[in-house]
This record gives sequence, C-alpha cells and structure tokens, in this order.
Amino acid sequence: MTDVFISSDNIITSLGFSTGENAANMLADNTGIQLTENERIAPVPFYASLINSEQLYDRFSTFDDPDKFTRFEQLAICSLKDALSDTEIDFTDSKTLFILSTTKGNIDLLEKENEHKFGRERIYLWNTARLLQSYFKFLNEPVVISNACISGVQAIITGARLIRANLFENVVINGTDIITEFVLSGFNSFQSLSTGPCRPFDKTRNGLSLGEGSGTIILTSKPVMSGGTNYILVGEGFSTNDANHISGPSRTGEGLFIAINRLLKKSPLTVDYISAHGTATLYNDEMESIAITRAGLQSVPINSFKGYWGHTLGAAGIIESIMGIWSIKNSVILNTKGYNESGVTNPIFIVNKPVQKEINTCLKIASGFGGCNAALIFYKK
Amino acid sequence: MVIVDNKSVYSGTSADFGEFSASIYKHFTISYPKFHKMDNLSKLAFLSVELLSGSKKSDHKYKGDEIGIILMNSSSSLDTDRHHQDTIIDRSNYFPSPSVFVYTLPNVAIGEISIRHKIFGEGNFFVMEKFNPQFIVSYIQQLFYNEIIKCCIAGWVEIDGNDYESVVFLIEKTDRTDKGIANFEPGTIQKIYNKMK
Amino acid sequence: MEQLIQKLKEEIIVALNLSEMKPENIDEKAPLFVDGLGLDSIDALELTVLLEKKYGLKINTAEEGKKVLYSVRSMAEFITVNNKS
Repeated sequence: MTDVFISSDNIITSLGFSTGENAANMLADNTGIQLTENERIAPVPFYASLINSEQLYDRFSTFDDPDKFTRFEQLAICSLKDALSDTEIDFTDSKTLFILSTTKGNIDLLEKENEHKFGRERIYLWNTARLLQSYFKFLNEPVVISNACISGVQAIITGARLIRANLFENVVINGTDIITEFVLSGFNSFQSLSTGPCRPFDKTRNGLSLGEGSGTIILTSKPVMSGGTNYILVGEGFSTNDANHISGPSRTGEGLFIAINRLLKKSPLTVDYISAHGTATLYNDEMESIAITRAGLQSVPINSFKGYWGHTLGAAGIIESIMGIWSIKNSVILNTKGYNESGVTNPIFIVNKPVQKEINTCLKIASGFGGCNAALIFYKK
Repeated sequence: MVIVDNKSVYSGTSADFGEFSASIYKHFTISYPKFHKMDNLSKLAFLSVELLSGSKKSDHKYKGDEIGIILMNSSSSLDTDRHHQDTIIDRSNYFPSPSVFVYTLPNVAIGEISIRHKIFGEGNFFVMEKFNPQFIVSYIQQLFYNEIIKCCIAGWVEIDGNDYESVVFLIEKTDRTDKGIANFEPGTIQKIYNKMK
Repeated sequence: MEQLIQKLKEEIIVALNLSEMKPENIDEKAPLFVDGLGLDSIDALELTVLLEKKYGLKINTAEEGKKVLYSVRSMAEFITVNNKS
C-alpha cells in the first residue's frame, strides 16, 4: 500500500499568516476571538475571530492585484502560495489533484453590493476551485468537498485514499471559509452562538464562536521529511452518518463512535493525543465525550483549538489537523483555551495547560450538520 | 420525467420543481411527512433514492454501516442559499429561518437519506462543474476495494431554480454473470446520464 | 382565545411545512414535541421565530421556551398575556 506523506502546510487565521505565527500565538495563550462591531455582518456586536481585511489586502498586493479577487479567493491564494513555496514537488503535471474544502465559498457574492462586481458565475463553488486551479497551474479538474463542518477532515481522508489507490501522486488541499452576514445570521437563528469567547468542554459553555480561516495541506506519495528527522504520514480515516437528525448531534455519539471504532480496528497505531471538534455547543461537546468514552479513549489527552480561532467551518478540519501535526512535530499538546472546569458528563482527559511529551500519533475528529462525522489519524515515522 | 431501470415510469406536467416533486410524492404514494420540510435539493435526492430502493430492496441486505452515500452536483446548495439570503436582505424585516439555514449545506441531503434508510456508512458530497463519471467511479471503486463499504448509493443531484436533474445509482458487488446488471464503469453511467438529456 | 388558537394552528402548519396536517387534526392541549405532533429542535427554533415575526414576542430563556412551546394553547396564552401588558 502506498504511504501518504505530508510535505508542507500553511494556516491563516486572525492569529497569523503562517502555521508558525499561529502556533506562537497559541503557545502564548492569545485568542483571536473578539467582540466585533461590523454592521455589514450583524446589526448588533458579536464575538468572532475575523481576519483583518486590510492586512490581507496589503499582503496580497505584494504579489498580485487584490482588486481582481474576492476576499475568499485572496485568502485561499495566500495560503496555497505559502504552502506551495515550501516544497520542491512539481504540481503542474497530471499527477496532482487540487481539492477545495469549503462550506460556503464566495457566499458574500449573494449580497446586493457584491452581486455585480465579479459576475454571476463566480459564486459557484466549482468555479472558485477552477479559478484557484488555473492560478496555480494545476492540470486536473479540481474537486470541491462540501460536507459541513467535517469538510476539511473529509478532504484529507479523500486525498489520502486517492493517493493510496495510485490515482494521483500529490493532492493539494485548501480549506477556506469566511464569516459573512449569511453565516452569522444562520448560526444566530440556531441560537448556537456563545455570549462570550467560546469555552469548549467547559461547565459554563453556551455556544460556539465563528472564525475565519484558510489552511493548506499538501499530501504526496514521495517520502519527504517534514517533521525534522521524521516523516509525517496520513493514516486511516473514515466518515459516518448518525442517521438520526440533520442538525442535532446524536445523543449516543453513534456516528462518531462508529468512525473512531472502525479506525481503531483497521489501524495498528495507538492514539497518543486527540484533537477534538470541541465547538463549545452544549450538545456537540457532550456527544464527543460520549463517543470517546465508548471507544475507550477517555484517558487519552484531548484538546480543542476553537477557543483560539473559533469555528472556521470548512477550514476547521484542515487547520486543526495541521496544528495536530504541529503537536507531533513539536512534542507539545496545547491548552484548551476557554476551558476551566469539565462540563461534560463523561470524564475525559481535557488538556488545560500545555503538556510537553513525545507524541507519535494524533487522532483528529469532527462532526457536523447533516449528521456527519469523521475520524482520521496522523503519525510520525 | 422519471426513469427507473431504463423504463419511463412517470411524466409530470409541471416544470415547477415544487409541483413536480409533490406530484411524484403523490403518484408513488410515498408516506414520509418529513419530506415536506426538506429543501428542494434534499427532496430531489430523497425522491431519487426512494424510487431506487423501491425497485431494488437492498435495505435489508446490508448493515447500515456497510452502505455509503456519495453525491455530486455543480450548484452545491445555492438554490437554498438564495432563499436564506432573501430572509436577511431587509434589516427591518430580518427573520433568518433555522429550517431554511440548515439546508444551506449540500451534504444535509445525504443526512436525510441516511435518516430515512438508517445508513451509517461513508458519506461524501463533491461539487464539480459537470457530472464526472470518471472521478465518481474511481472514488467508489477504491471504497469497495478497501472494503470500506459493500453497497453504495451514488449519483448526480443538481438543482438551481427550476433547472434540475438527478441520476442515482445503486452499486453492489455482484456476480459478473448476473444478467441485466450494468457494470459500474464510467462509460456505462455516462450513457445512463445521457439518456436523461 | 379560540380564534387565536385557530389562527396559530394555521400559522404553525405553514411555518413548519406540516402539509399533511389540517388545523382540526391538531389538539391544542397536546404536547407539540416528542409525543403529540412530534416536532423537533429545529421546529422549536422556528416557532420562536414565528412568535417574534408575527407577534413581536421574544422568548428569553430555555425554561420559558419549554413552557411557552408546550402546546398550541400555551403559546396562545403567552401571546394573550404579553399583548395585554
């Protein structure tokens, strides 16, 4: 079976424009979630982690004309450019596939002010992926993966499978979502927004904080040592459905449990650390604690990154996987920002201060609307 | 028009998707009140699978986690996205609806089918410009090859206003000598798709 | 009150797309959730939108929500009480 290596990555959030900048801010316990007043997004102030548009514009101006691109495209291009510059692989031949992971893409083009700026076709997700494909001269037709909040994890699972099946040698994956009035009003109608910065797994948690993010991860069948003297590899991954409700997580954690359990059965690896979905809604975190306990992983250290950069939707699975990999490379498990006292009924090992230890494997889990769940493992060799 | 196993089984009279889908629901005496709560993409996917499983009865042959659902389209959930946008366009009449917003994700259609048929297995929603038999076949073949699923509901479910089309397949591992069963190959499913055009 | 109940039933059927339901099929005293009409969490949120949109009334806590959205009658009582004050 072909091994799948990680060659390079990038994270852009309100905490920085590279994986390193993000990690440094997270180590310093900084959060990007702030009380924000933005009339274009919501009539009242709200907590969110938003990327500074002027900073993004200025950064983009150093290599291209930002006015030709939407905000979403600027972000995805910045992230892809950084990750692609960090590897020597040639991605312009037929052996490379580009996958875009997003829930809403250029959704702000539905707004009246933006409707006519970029033409009617620009909002279609396949078209956004096409634009990114031609910008970076990828040869093959790109694929968009849109599976709610598991999109990013699902994109990595899919990319790794396509490489293992020898259909492609390299898969470049970008996950991006922006926070607009569309997204904020919807989550607000679900009464799922936190009244302050979100507090994953905490007793006082009362909802999620939305965040903007773009992440790029490059998978390849060529052995490249991206973890110092180690290879970082993508292991088994599975997705499942709760078959229970289209918005509410399963009370028994059924779908997530099946995904984790299947992974544990198929993979010879033991789990050293879990990067949770941990949105900080009452039901999600409770459901995760149940599924993890059912899978027998309750004593494995687990954290959520949502307290640092919020819920970044289609980018979440990508940037949180990258931080999981960062943890393997740096032998550190980061604190669960916002967490103080357990507010889930099953006792699980929630990390509340940075832990220094050798980590060989990281299990990434995610769940989302539509009842979907995913579990994926990364490891070093 | 509805075609099942190469036979035309129903022709509607209305071009309006709401009326057409309601008439299919009625004609085939489907009883599933949740259907009326779905958005148009989910209705289209639901009806396609409903008529498919009615003809194949595979529900009891496999365990829920042995069945996968892989769907693809080109407009994602844009049809419902526009609907949600309409509810927030006017700040003096600002009532975003949770039951609309939940459908602004295309994979919710997979969730609806999963709930209906108790399917727990692999789900994935792909967006590409056009129906891409090559991609969908190679993706599903590796799912079978790696024994991730034993049965798969897959297809192209596209709706953008009153432009809609749906082709859904049920894929199983079977004896090659079975008569009348098409092989799951790009050429074969492209032909089936072309018939609809 | 009886008029309001009738009107609410019609509004609920439209708001929740209960197309196979008629107002007379809804027992105004029966619980709306789990048993009775068998509504779910999205329906509950949709009913709070309905109360705000049509009657300008907000439900402030989850506890209050449970009481108000118990049945069509409890919704009607909530509207009557709050519209008077």
